[in-house]
Amino acid sequence: MAKQTKINWSKHSQLLVPLLSIALIVLFNAFRDPSFFSIEITTNNAGSTVLTGNLISILNGASELAILAMGMTLVTAACGGQDISVGALAAIAGSMFVKVLRAGEITPGTIALGFVACCAVAMAFGAFNGTLVSVFKIQPMIATLVLFTCGRSVAYWINGGATPTVESPLITAIGSFIPGVPVPTPIIIVIITAIVLALVFKFTSLGLYTQAVGINQRAARLNGINTTSIKLLSFMILGVCCAIAGVIAVSRLSLINHETLLLDIEMDAILAVAIGGNALGGGKFKVAGSVLGAYAIQALTITLYAMKVPSTDVKAYKAIVIILIVVIGSPVVKAKLNQLWKKLREGKHGKEVAQA
Amino acid sequence: MKNRDLKRREPLTDTQLLLTITICIFFTMYFAAMAIWGGGFLRWQQVFDMLNNNAALIIVACGLTVVMIGGGIDISVGGVTALVVMSCIVHMNNGGSIFTAALLALSIGLCFGLVHGFLISYLEIQPFIITLAGMFFARGMTTIVSLEPQKIAHEGFQQLMKTKIEIPWLGYIAKKGNLIPARMEIGVVVALLIVLIIFFVLKKTRLGRNFYAMGGNSQSALMLGVNVKRTRFYSYLISGVLSGIAGFVFMMHTGAGNATNAAGAEMNAIASAIIGGTLLSGGVGNVIGTLFGTLTLTTIKAIVTTSGLRDPWWQSITTGAMLCFFILLQSLVLSNRGKGGLKKMLPQWLKVTQKD
Repeated sequence: MAKQTKINWSKHSQLLVPLLSIALIVLFNAFRDPSFFSIEITTNNAGSTVLTGNLISILNGASELAILAMGMTLVTAACGGQDISVGALAAIAGSMFVKVLRAGEITPGTIALGFVACCAVAMAFGAFNGTLVSVFKIQPMIATLVLFTCGRSVAYWINGGATPTVESPLITAIGSFIPGVPVPTPIIIVIITAIVLALVFKFTSLGLYTQAVGINQRAARLNGINTTSIKLLSFMILGVCCAIAGVIAVSRLSLINHETLLLDIEMDAILAVAIGGNALGGGKFKVAGSVLGAYAIQALTITLYAMKVPSTDVKAYKAIVIILIVVIGSPVVKAKLNQLWKKLREGKHGKEVAQA
Repeated sequence: MKNRDLKRREPLTDTQLLLTITICIFFTMYFAAMAIWGGGFLRWQQVFDMLNNNAALIIVACGLTVVMIGGGIDISVGGVTALVVMSCIVHMNNGGSIFTAALLALSIGLCFGLVHGFLISYLEIQPFIITLAGMFFARGMTTIVSLEPQKIAHEGFQQLMKTKIEIPWLGYIAKKGNLIPARMEIGVVVALLIVLIIFFVLKKTRLGRNFYAMGGNSQSALMLGVNVKRTRFYSYLISGVLSGIAGFVFMMHTGAGNATNAAGAEMNAIASAIIGGTLLSGGVGNVIGTLFGTLTLTTIKAIVTTSGLRDPWWQSITTGAMLCFFILLQSLVLSNRGKGGLKKMLPQWLKVTQKD
């Protein structure tokens, strides 16, 4: 019995870091202001009943980050490096979405068409990144530096230099609430994406293959795994994630600003992967960890906002918390703590023996 | 993964090949620009302007080259530069002298270097995460120091800003017939000195050779008796101090502090280093190449502006395309190295330089 619990722990111990950080933030808030967690049912401008409160805004605000973190985990696991162009790629996808919508009347059909178009564009750019990484054997961070440099300009170019708006109740429904549903739509989109990804992992061997490629590429190839296509695939999945995130971000504001859309989100997404306990050098991974990491980051941000920290200063406090989390999670500190714990126990034991 | 690394790491000196290619491409591009557009490109002032505008970037990129040769990455450099600029201006506007401001700049850089070096080398935390947190912290602190843009009011410093080194024999005759000498800022002298010092350190000192050994393969460096932890610590220390100096030079060029100062400097610096032939995987690189990398990036931008592609997006799209070209070139050169395939690829006149 005891052995079984131990196995379960080691299997899920990776989730410990993100869960711990979320628990810390929750505890901090519980002491600071218990009303932080209250969820209210209110009526919004459109006249439908909706849920509001800090918890909802955490879940809602982290939607794009959570979706990007899912794709980033795969890329990290397969390639042992990170994609720093996700923000730029989301901007390109968002621009494409807006471009299609503005071509005609906005109906559910054109929205679907726009979504397909931006998915295709994002997958194409993802494949470009993936080709550089897998065929030309360039490190992911350098390969994606290309798109990082010019991606937002491509987004600008797609719409010909304007910041166009797309006003429609249908777009508002994607960005905030569907009439009659009290939960913000982005949260629902995250849940759907997570379910689809979970089904993919459940019914295909993508997860296993990705892990094999990340741990030892040569061994994976000798075992008959096509490492090139696995890496390419991981980048294309990340591309789809970028497209979804871009569509959500565009729908929230009903306009696209290529300069500020999901700015600096690549850094947060990589951070989410790291807080989720995934090795940034590739190999074993847990998508759930990254998603929890994304929510931890957003919870931290919302907490800081609730403490009346100006939005420009949030970064400094965030950095301190990040450093604390990674220092506690670092292997050296862990080993030292283990040693200390052992010594304490031995000391106690030794005393007991002496007393006896 | 391991096997691929081992295969790539054999020689250290092939840096020269990548360096030669970069320098050749830079001169070809520049002479082509002279031949096609003439005008500004024919004057020496154009070269000095490029140096004047990018002195801080060159210094930052030097520090980054050292870190990258050691197999690490430092993305906090832009943030630290911005923080130094803002703090020094606020310090001087409140009655500080130039000397204490310089000390402040150095000590801020030193602090960041010490903390990064300690956390990365002694606590073995991934450099990307730590320096990302460093960037967040520095950017957040910049807005905490001052949210409003600051302009320098210190008279002595304004005098220093206006001081320019005039080189009459590189000047040109203006339309009115009077000679306009080429002007160079003091920051450029500092930057070039730093390039020389870092070049000397990397080539001639034990510490410099240890950087190459550690970046090439830290395990074998350890077995050869290199104190890997301390060497890694020093590489981040150098990068930190150089960002401090870069902040001071940046201030001498602009004379104004802004929260978005040196935005994206880290990625520009990484791009410069890559174009100059430094590999992010470590062990290969040259600081002279970084200097030419910066100049190449600037020349591309100047050419785009001159050639009449006035739409704002072209500059970064061309930069991205150029970066992509260099990355692919590096990848091809490296993958064909040692197989004899390279000799077939190169034109006749380059084969001589390869033998050196």
